[in-house]
Amino acid sequence: MRLEPRESVPAWLSLLAPACALVATFGAAAALIAAAGAPVRQGFEVMLAGALGSGFAINEMLTRATPLILTGLAVSVAFRARLWNIGAEGQLYMGALAATALGTGLIDLPAFLLLPLLVVAGAIAGAAMLAWPALLKTRLGVDEVVVTLLSNFLVALLVAMLLEGPLKDPMGLGWPQSEPVVAAGELPKLVPGMRLHAGFVLALALALAAWLVMSRTTLGLRIRAVGHNAVAARFAGIGVGRTILWTALLSGGLAGIAGVGEVAGLKGNLTTDLSPGFGYAGIVVATLARLHPGGVVLSAIFVAGIFVGADAMSRGVGVPSYVADVIVASALLSMLVALLFLRYRVSRR
Amino acid sequence: MIPAIPWEAIELLAEASLWVAAVRIATPLVFGTLGELICERAGVLNLGIEGIMVIGALVGWFSVHQGADLWTGVMLAALAGAAFGLLHALLTVPLALSQHVAGIGVTLLATSLSYYAYRLAFPKVTTPPRIETFKPVAVPWLSEVPVLGPALFVQTPLTYLALGAVVVVAWFLHRTPAGLALRMVGENPEAAEAQGIDVIRVRIAAVCAGSALMAVGGAFLTMSAFDAFYFGMVNGRGWICIALVVFASWNPLKALFGALLFAAIDAWQLRLQQVVGGDIPYQVFLMMPYALSILALVVMSRRAASPRALMAPYVKGERR
Repeated sequence: MRLEPRESVPAWLSLLAPACALVATFGAAAALIAAAGAPVRQGFEVMLAGALGSGFAINEMLTRATPLILTGLAVSVAFRARLWNIGAEGQLYMGALAATALGTGLIDLPAFLLLPLLVVAGAIAGAAMLAWPALLKTRLGVDEVVVTLLSNFLVALLVAMLLEGPLKDPMGLGWPQSEPVVAAGELPKLVPGMRLHAGFVLALALALAAWLVMSRTTLGLRIRAVGHNAVAARFAGIGVGRTILWTALLSGGLAGIAGVGEVAGLKGNLTTDLSPGFGYAGIVVATLARLHPGGVVLSAIFVAGIFVGADAMSRGVGVPSYVADVIVASALLSMLVALLFLRYRVSRR
Repeated sequence: MIPAIPWEAIELLAEASLWVAAVRIATPLVFGTLGELICERAGVLNLGIEGIMVIGALVGWFSVHQGADLWTGVMLAALAGAAFGLLHALLTVPLALSQHVAGIGVTLLATSLSYYAYRLAFPKVTTPPRIETFKPVAVPWLSEVPVLGPALFVQTPLTYLALGAVVVVAWFLHRTPAGLALRMVGENPEAAEAQGIDVIRVRIAAVCAGSALMAVGGAFLTMSAFDAFYFGMVNGRGWICIALVVFASWNPLKALFGALLFAAIDAWQLRLQQVVGGDIPYQVFLMMPYALSILALVVMSRRAASPRALMAPYVKGERR
């Protein structure tokens, strides 16, 4: 048995393969719900209603999708250049730290100046967090996978340290949390009475921008060339090291903005549990989207729907909420296999 | 800001208890590093390690909690690890999927399944249930040597197993035909195939065996170092093991040395926290293991001779 590259993909297959992956994913979810002794069908109904059943549910889903779009974009830009950025979680927290440091009263500016400043500062902080692993990779040949993975733990400890030190809220009753973001630094809400904020629009705009950069600019071409074949790219006169550094700045910047959005748009302050793994989920989002910026928006909304829906199911029929993480992980693995069969076929030679 | 390092900080190094702790801290790292090393020697990066250690920690502890004896628990943990290793191997070896993405996927799946299963079994508990763990066993004669004796020879059986595993893996890789085949599929799979070695099979077997070792490393945490299962208890140890493999230049004996060195520094910083505590936030000390791993990678990367076919999927008849 061996795999042969397909010359063309039949239309039915490009629908059937992802559909099979979804069936496998939700089959696994059904088994888990049954294992918890909960009614499977009712569980799925509660889950669907929790994600799509009302205006409130949809607002919550899009609110959850906002950071996922940004970390998904961060991962997809980096993976295009084969820069294995597994550190989006840490870059997100660096962006959140920057927004917290500048947005909780240090600077007094009107909203139309303060908000862009927070976003840019967050992007720079996130970009810096990926710039040094990228430089270690290009200059010294240090594997970026382990460095970015380990740097997530460094950032988490840095956040905890600052929240117990200089950034601690004196009114926080001893909890490690920052002071609230000033009114001028809050991202406006999109729908009155709901939590969805302007960060979602920003994420959509950045997805469009990422798509334009990747498909319509020479930088995008260089990034894709380096990812396809770095040796050939070098022979074509592309500065591989420079391109990887630019990729890192874009990728880290996008993840940093995700942190700004969570602090300035959703939570209003910084805590150590700001992100329940949005950086790691970004890898899932980017893979489901086949690293395409437009697809990232859709897959981020899908993954957010699973998280929000599973929360509802967990409350409604008493299934541990970790079911959401299992569903997302099995979606990743089954979609990987499905996408493989779009590119290859099995032959018995 | 930084106080002069007090004399006590250096005196700490002479304490036997420091070295006892160092060997204890090193044990899961030795298992994990050996496991990752076996996978990588066969050409497969296994980022599933973090999740496989979690599932090992859960399965070993839970089996004992349900009435199995300790060694059965270790066996079941190893089997669970091998099962997730098989998943990673199937995705990355015959299907030739990205080893990075598949590995992260296996870690996410193994971790979330463990947490789900734990919550299912113990829906409401606030204090995690405890088990009777492995007890330290003193090796006669050897344990009476000052400092080194208690450190190396008054440990729990799993630590002795880790030390034994280093010797067995080193012997297997460098002194047996099967070990040669394993190294060959990681260096030059085409040549291995020409010798009649089934590259796909050897790689799958290597990833399963390596993952079983990783899971035993996880089981050490719940069955020896602690006596209960906590969320987040593996806490990046898997990723540190991946750094240690590079630090050890893919060599089992150097892996043992690297893990011990790392653990000694970790044990030292834990004690240092108590000596100079208060002046420096404790998070700075907690950062040290991660910073140290990155530093080790930077120092060793220049000389790193990684297996040549590491991360290169092998597709029969396709030229690389």
